[in-house]
Amino acid sequence: MQIEQLYREVVLSHNKAQKNRRHLANASVSEHGVNPSCGDDITLELEITSDHRIRDISFVGSGCAISQASASILADLVRGKSVLEAKELFDLFFQMIEGDEADPRLLEASVFSAMAHMPARIRCAVLGWRTLEKALAPYWNEERQEPR
Amino acid sequence: MYNNPYRGDFPIFDDTGLIYFDSAATSQKPQSVIDAMRKYYEHANANPHRGLYSLSAEATRLYERGREAFASFINAGDPRQIVFLRNATEALNLLAISYGASVLAPDDEVVIPISEHHSNLVPWQQVCKRTGARLVYLYTNEKGGIEDKEMEKITARTKIVSFAQVGNVFGLALPAEKIITKAHAVGAVAIVDCAQSISHMPVDVKALDCDFAVFSSHKMFGPTGIGMLYGKKEMLEKLAPLLTGGDMIEYVSEQETTFAEIPQRFEAGTQDVAGVVGLTSAIAYIRALGYPAIEKWEGELTSYCLEKLSVLPWVVVYGEAEATGRRFPLITFGVEGIHPHDVATLLDTEGVAVRAGHHCAQPLMRHLGVQATCRVSLSVYNSKEEIDTLVDALVRVRRIFGYAD
Ligand SMILES: Cc1ncc(COP(=O)(O)O)c(C=O)c1O
Repeated sequence: MQIEQLYREVVLSHNKAQKNRRHLANASVSEHGVNPSCGDDITLELEITSDHRIRDISFVGSGCAISQASASILADLVRGKSVLEAKELFDLFFQMIEGDEADPRLLEASVFSAMAHMPARIRCAVLGWRTLEKALAPYWNEERQEPR
Repeated sequence: MYNNPYRGDFPIFDDTGLIYFDSAATSQKPQSVIDAMRKYYEHANANPHRGLYSLSAEATRLYERGREAFASFINAGDPRQIVFLRNATEALNLLAISYGASVLAPDDEVVIPISEHHSNLVPWQQVCKRTGARLVYLYTNEKGGIEDKEMEKITARTKIVSFAQVGNVFGLALPAEKIITKAHAVGAVAIVDCAQSISHMPVDVKALDCDFAVFSSHKMFGPTGIGMLYGKKEMLEKLAPLLTGGDMIEYVSEQETTFAEIPQRFEAGTQDVAGVVGLTSAIAYIRALGYPAIEKWEGELTSYCLEKLSVLPWVVVYGEAEATGRRFPLITFGVEGIHPHDVATLLDTEGVAVRAGHHCAQPLMRHLGVQATCRVSLSVYNSKEEIDTLVDALVRVRRIFGYAD
């Protein structure tokens, strides 16, 4: 019943997390991600400070509950973090999706560990994270070249 | 547990509570089909058409017997009018690439309904791009039917009309005779995709008078890996082979090859004899059940399912049988407020397998204005009790999503 549990939690946070579903006034990056086969569609907006911190993050889009909730939970998780901390969470999330024990730092996002048993839906759960990766890749590269 | 005379024929249901509602994607296989294929490998396996020894002769005989069985099953007249391929998609590709590319010129048109499966859409779209021809769509109305006004798009410019006899989204039959007559009246070639229809209704290609028809064995209780192309003899004679190599030749010299007669000309390389043996057995299974019995059982299930779903105000069913039309056991629906993928995932946790997504018909989904839908497709092994389980499970899904229905 892990999957039903996932839905109960996902749906709850999904409903409550309408606060993350909005546009940012001062977005520095906006990145679009889609799952063409399911029609999941997400745009992440990030406000990134000059010292590479995610001051705010939001999303808009449509799709299944898993894709939307995952994006919303992601926004809560990386808000206020540096881009490198976000990278760590990104890696932890994918390790969990591939079957590793969920790291405590993943907080609410650890409900998606159930995805390891739902190969057909992994794309939905990772859409937000894949979009985040595209949004942050330039920052990650920059950090790699000249670490602060 | 189930009041169903056919379920026991299908070993996949033996010791599982599986509720399989995706027969339009592929049907389950009766024991007789599985046994026939195993027996072939245990007792008769050899390369057909190649060996001069008796085992190869036996494999050849079984393969050709399958061709005869299928020809007579669809009233093709001559078994040589049946080509074995991998699936309906391959047959449609052969037609698009080989026939389409040879007749289409800029400003010619290919006409298909918007409700077509991608396999009867993308090959035409691609050949149109290559040849400069136009792909023209017949749009469905809100009931899923095609109005006479749309049929006027079949004109003197039309070279090919291709359509599914029964669609895989609405579960409705298109007026095949009418479309074919119209196509012929303007001098176009008519192709019928019978992938969905043949498991529910008899197909008579002579009565239809279509030029080509395509089928997939795996949707009619047979194995995967076998598709069938029917063609009028003069049409097949005109068709260039797509694949060349062994078995499809008559004579090969260093620089030239003459091809074998139809249908061998289209069957390059070692063929799937076990698959054809399985198909032969599947045809015997359908014949033994009889279409009237299939139609009766599936018809009752379909009415029951529609009736049960109609009680749920938050379920919307797409497509509606026209006054004269028959509703095939394929029901596409949406659950208000819940994405179809979420519905399917949660139904799966209750052992109910439904399809969710675009059903390989993205242009149709766009035409309907939806991203995706759920689909229940039924076969003889389904029962009313399973539909009750589906309905209960749908109610649960709505509760999980916080609806207090
Ligand atoms: C109407 C229709 N045509 C063609 C196909 C393609 O069949 P196959 O995948 O066996 O080639 C399908 C299968 O879903 C179908 O429903």
